[in-house]
Amino acid sequence: MAAITLDRLAHSYLPHPSAPSDYALKPLDITWRDGGAYALLGPSGCGKTTLLNIISGLVAPSEGRVLFDGTDVTRMPTEHRNIAQVFQFPVIYDTMTVAENLAFPLKNRGLAKAEINARVHEIAEMLDLRGDLNRRAARLTADAKQKISLGRGLVRSDTAAILFDEPLTVIDPQLKWELRAQLKQLHQKVGRTMIYVTHDQTEAMTFADTVVVMYDGGVVQIGKPVDLFQRPAHTFVGYFIGSPGMNVLPATIEGRVAHIGSSSVFLADDYPTLPAGKIEIGVRPENIALKTGAEGLPVRITRVDDIGRIRIARTVFEDHEINVVLPEDTPIPTDPRAVPIADRVHVYADGHIVDASPVRGHA
Amino acid sequence: MNKPFDNRAWFLVLPVFLLVAFSAILPLMTVVNYSVQDTFGNNQFFWAGTDWYVQLLASERFHQALGRQLLFSAIILLIQIPLGVLIALCMPRKGWTVSLTLVLMALPLLIPWNVVGTIWQVFGRGDIGLLGYTLNRIGLDYNYVNNIGDAWVTIVVMDVWHWTSLVALLAYAGLRSIPDAYYQAAKIDGASRWSIFRLIQLPKMKHVLIIAVLLRFMDSFMIYTEPFVLTGGGPGNSTTFLSIDLVKLALGQFDLGPAAAMSIVYFLVILLLSWVFYTVMTRDENERQGGAS
Amino acid sequence: MKRLILALYIAFLLVPIYWLVNMSLKTNQEIVSTMTIFPRDITFANYMTIFTDPAWYSGYINSITYVVLNTIISISVALPAAYAFSRYRFLGDKHMFFWLLTNRMAPPAVFALPFFNLYSAIGLFDTPLAVALAHCLFNVPLAVWILEGFMSGVPREIDETAYIDGYSFPRFFVKIFMPLIASGIGVAAFFCFMFSWVELLLARTLTSVNAKPIAATMTRTVSAAGIDWGVLAAAGVLTIVPGAIVIYFVRNYIAKGFALGRV
Repeated sequence: MAAITLDRLAHSYLPHPSAPSDYALKPLDITWRDGGAYALLGPSGCGKTTLLNIISGLVAPSEGRVLFDGTDVTRMPTEHRNIAQVFQFPVIYDTMTVAENLAFPLKNRGLAKAEINARVHEIAEMLDLRGDLNRRAARLTADAKQKISLGRGLVRSDTAAILFDEPLTVIDPQLKWELRAQLKQLHQKVGRTMIYVTHDQTEAMTFADTVVVMYDGGVVQIGKPVDLFQRPAHTFVGYFIGSPGMNVLPATIEGRVAHIGSSSVFLADDYPTLPAGKIEIGVRPENIALKTGAEGLPVRITRVDDIGRIRIARTVFEDHEINVVLPEDTPIPTDPRAVPIADRVHVYADGHIVDASPVRGHA
Repeated sequence: MNKPFDNRAWFLVLPVFLLVAFSAILPLMTVVNYSVQDTFGNNQFFWAGTDWYVQLLASERFHQALGRQLLFSAIILLIQIPLGVLIALCMPRKGWTVSLTLVLMALPLLIPWNVVGTIWQVFGRGDIGLLGYTLNRIGLDYNYVNNIGDAWVTIVVMDVWHWTSLVALLAYAGLRSIPDAYYQAAKIDGASRWSIFRLIQLPKMKHVLIIAVLLRFMDSFMIYTEPFVLTGGGPGNSTTFLSIDLVKLALGQFDLGPAAAMSIVYFLVILLLSWVFYTVMTRDENERQGGAS
Repeated sequence: MKRLILALYIAFLLVPIYWLVNMSLKTNQEIVSTMTIFPRDITFANYMTIFTDPAWYSGYINSITYVVLNTIISISVALPAAYAFSRYRFLGDKHMFFWLLTNRMAPPAVFALPFFNLYSAIGLFDTPLAVALAHCLFNVPLAVWILEGFMSGVPREIDETAYIDGYSFPRFFVKIFMPLIASGIGVAAFFCFMFSWVELLLARTLTSVNAKPIAATMTRTVSAAGIDWGVLAAAGVLTIVPGAIVIYFVRNYIAKGFALGRV
């Protein structure tokens, strides 16, 4: 078990990177607590797999260091790092039984037979694989095979961290839920550091205590799932997380008012020191109401999608699309106006969130 | 795989059927026909029943040729399969050397078989061949024309030279289809180089190796041109394999009846042995599937 | 270590070929009298003999003719058949497929004599067409097998969409389907070319004068005055060239074709 520190870590596949766009992974500093459950979330090509490969030792970073419990492991080969990894598709030894698969890492490390047996049974119990121990691993279903690959990591008591690389890709949808819940429980039981790479926000949010959102080779936000939702640090996080994503509108800020086109909305704070750059406001569809009156933005409703518990109104204001989540029974007013909840409106400069002035109105 | 059932598909297969029927069934019928008749030239045939078969199966000449053939195929498989796998493991996985290696290795496969024979005929000669000359110079009494052992060694080395690349390329393709994750997982599990080979590479190569064994068995069992050019079946009859013997019988002596009977037996032996190989090699898999269902 | 084994193996492959090339550039005088690793006086006379004597170069033309003919025939009959096997079930399909493959196991020596009789009877003896048809015996099953593998990799939805769009079968097959399996056709053609080019037993049995393949012409070097080693070596080198050219062009497909395990 180990805490993992990434110290000024960066990676480029080019020999002499100069521009930021040359980097597959832009410089980052992260510390992961021992025993935490983390998710690396981002679209494909965002650098999350590169980061995972650096941690597992498959790729040597071009800059910076990786520390496990303070020990520099940057140049250490995979086999000495004491990590375990579960891959996109199940990796099992076809010719062996389930028990032999689970025993394999211990056998290679020369443990005594009795001890191996005890560990294998313990892990099989934990993973619900008891009944299959003497079956050929090749015959099992994809989800059971994934459990075996996980089991080979868990069976060693010295595993520093367990890495998951989109482990549910090949699992049937109905089993995905179950396996994900089991993973979460397992984490609580074994208390190992776990790092879970995925492009699926639901997987990331349900599995992890802390989610690292990556975009275009850089980390855009690290936070608890609820933070990512309520206070996206970057417009990308707003778009990427939530369904539908955050509404982002170009605006000019004046005191506690944001002017958008010919209308305006209220903000909860002052922004006296706005950085230069493109200024936008972001507000989640869940935090907008449709009302009548003079407040907010006059919108035209183009479509209402009923998706069960809620409805989503697709509306247009001038040439901006705004999505609004409506509680089930609220009637839709004629001549509706989109009114955001003031303290849920965030201001972004060039995509990055701007902190409100230190003297907050109601802090 | 739930393909629709449609007998009109036969129309698409018809050209192949007619062509192969023309070049396989018709000649085979001729052969069967010859094999049960006797002739004294001038196109007069007499019913001979199974006489030729009885004679063939009792003949020492056939037993010896068959024995040589079996020995040869066994040696070839025992050398080429492990060697091919070893070479495949040594081949580069990426970079500019991949294409170069592939091209150089495939080269012997595309040389006409009699030229393969010619190359080794020349190469092995004591007077003008590098190999023969060098061996004689270092004091080895090497002469593939007169010495049975040398003739065999030369033919085996020639076939290894000619065909090992096929096994290696097949095995290489099998290796290439193993995703990196397997190697990564094995590293994490602390597997040794040998374990990786035995538990990952060999099982994943199984399919292509079955094909390699079958191909090498069939082709080595039918070998004709290369030894014919190199030794002409000699010294004596020591390298007269089944095909060489058959051609001698059929085209050399025009003993149509015995030659036809031998053809049928020869073909059946190949079919039978291929079937045995195939069944034995896939038995494990079938058992597994049988057990799972 | 790996590098060393591979280098040794490739050296083992190349040295005999090098020896042939080396000999082809020497005079017979030098070949017989001394042992030289490099030709002392490089001569192209052996090659000139081949290029100027019709008896020699017509051998090449004959060989190339039947190889190309065979490749065209094999691929064009194998394409529809492979499509049928990959897309439909029909009466006796499995037996038919298996029977086709058994032809790959038929020793050419078994067929030499009946082919001789057959092609003599229909007046094709000593023509490139006879050899091309004879080689179909093992190349057609092979082509069907390779193509079926590639075709099964193309989802059937593509066929259905094309029919819905109003394509007739022949037009769909040529315009849409064949481009999709172009690399498969390339691999199949490569193997047809290869096996037809290297085979000699049938080619020699079915020809005497007019359609004699180059490989058979090579026996001409044996004369009363002994063997003309230089010309023999030059002819040998020239038979390697077409293969080497073909390999070079298909080098990237070879691995793919082998990967299907269908050779």
